[in-house]
Amino acid sequence: MSAITEDRRPSTVIASPPKRRRRSDHTYLFMALPAVILFFVFHTYPAIQGIIYSFTNFRGYGDYDFVGLRNYLQVFQDERALAAYRFTFLFAILSTVLVNFIALTIAIGLNSNIRFRNFLRGIYFLPNILSVLIVGFIFNYLFANFMPRIGEALGVAALSRNILGDPQLAWVGIIFVAVWQAAAFNIILYLAGLQTIPYDLYESADIDGAGPWQKFRNITFPMIAPFFTINMVLAMKGFLQVFDQIVALTGGGPGTSTESVSYLIYRGGFDGGQFAYQSANAVLFFIVLVVISVAQTRFLQRREIEA
Amino acid sequence: MNTDTKRPNWPVTLLLILGALTILFPLYLAVVTALKTPQELAASLFALPTSFRWENFTEAIRLTNFFTAFRTSALVTVTTVVLTLITNSLVAYAIARNQHKRFFRYLYYYFISALFIPFPIIMLPVVKQTSAWGMDNPYGLIFLYVVYGLAFNIFVYVGYIKSIPREVEEAALIDGATTWQTFWKIIFPLLAPMNATVGILTCLWAWNDFLLPLVIISDPEFATLPLVQYIFQGQFSTNYNLAFASYLMTLAPMVVVYLLAQRWIISGVTQGAVKG
Repeated sequence: MSAITEDRRPSTVIASPPKRRRRSDHTYLFMALPAVILFFVFHTYPAIQGIIYSFTNFRGYGDYDFVGLRNYLQVFQDERALAAYRFTFLFAILSTVLVNFIALTIAIGLNSNIRFRNFLRGIYFLPNILSVLIVGFIFNYLFANFMPRIGEALGVAALSRNILGDPQLAWVGIIFVAVWQAAAFNIILYLAGLQTIPYDLYESADIDGAGPWQKFRNITFPMIAPFFTINMVLAMKGFLQVFDQIVALTGGGPGTSTESVSYLIYRGGFDGGQFAYQSANAVLFFIVLVVISVAQTRFLQRREIEA
Repeated sequence: MNTDTKRPNWPVTLLLILGALTILFPLYLAVVTALKTPQELAASLFALPTSFRWENFTEAIRLTNFFTAFRTSALVTVTTVVLTLITNSLVAYAIARNQHKRFFRYLYYYFISALFIPFPIIMLPVVKQTSAWGMDNPYGLIFLYVVYGLAFNIFVYVGYIKSIPREVEEAALIDGATTWQTFWKIIFPLLAPMNATVGILTCLWAWNDFLLPLVIISDPEFATLPLVQYIFQGQFSTNYNLAFASYLMTLAPMVVVYLLAQRWIISGVTQGAVKG
């Protein structure tokens, strides 16, 4: 090692950058290539395989033939798949709106001049570090046992049975748990955004006699617009892929009333012998996710500039 | 804070404390349930237990084979975090320092674009692949976490490395350091804040993740903690006291880590996400 270093030193000092460049080029290539190959083999290649399978009638084992676009056409006529998309969209949109509303409200509270600030921040972030599955199990129990007792005690009929067992209401429980957990992350991001706002903006607004709502509308919200965009896009993307909450709370039921797209792909693909068919569904789901993310980002960023 | 000179805002403080109760209450219920007998639980859901039933925990440990799963989860999490920090930062360094070259620029876009690919699309083929190659075990799991982490981590690291002035490395190169030495001795230590971010996010992911172990791990002997809770829930769904003792033991390690390193965890997560 030291011999090589001795050799190189004069040429480096006298400045022959091309030579040194080329040597380190190989090193850089050597640093990056193994990762690229592994990423291709374990991520890109399976994705390509998934796309190829989506044009076949593969069941996960045995022989298969190419069937063209048949799987894709079937997804559009499959009531169960359409219901999963409807549920997923309803869930994701409502949860995204609720999470952002709640998180922004709490973040503004946490950013104001309160006591126990660090302690409260610590509490509000806690749900983010807990396993979604286990949080789901705990709430499953609350919905099954705790809520009905409260409902009975209060004499409210609607509350005195397990809402997770009701096909019309189970989604409410899932949204509740998802929002309870996801708000933590968004609160912290909004808090980071709120801390970038210079305080003199509020002072001059005070002098101009602006009320709290005016200050929020004209200072706070425009100033954190980029954080609003990030939070909306990340929350939507995460909620569209909802899986753990469904497993822990309803298992897609009652019936198939709370089946999300991810859950349907998992169940149909592994247990239902619909490997190829659910691959087509996954490809469609991918397209849907990209379109929504891009559209959402564009729309929200345009708003940022106007504001 | 600039507002510290003013009087504290008590109404907002009180509202936030009330809100915090909605977070603490379910956790309180989980703890008291885990410490009760089924009879006590039937009598009252929220009351404190009359005597602490620590047997619930020992019984849950026995039934779920807790320590085996704990070892698996700890092995997977620690190894994933260490390997991720070492490898992902290195790849990001190679990409960040060569962005003027088309090849590396395309590599960057290649990794970033993977962020848009939902897991279900690769889930079915990757399960066939890992089981065919004998990777349906914790080692395969570690491997996949490290490789799948690249997409997000390269994004976070590259942005940060670009903000480190090149002069720092050039001095080292002139002193005869190789590119490897420059990375390990100069750049890697400078990455400390990003390493903290990536380490925390990877740790939370590997410890709490459920879907990847669910589809990859075929032998129950190798189940991670969340997977064990899932199997356990199916088998013993009626004995809530045992189930909750088991849940708490799964949540506890991350809660302890959080209590010890709360400040860093919050700021680390913020840094990573704002970049993302």
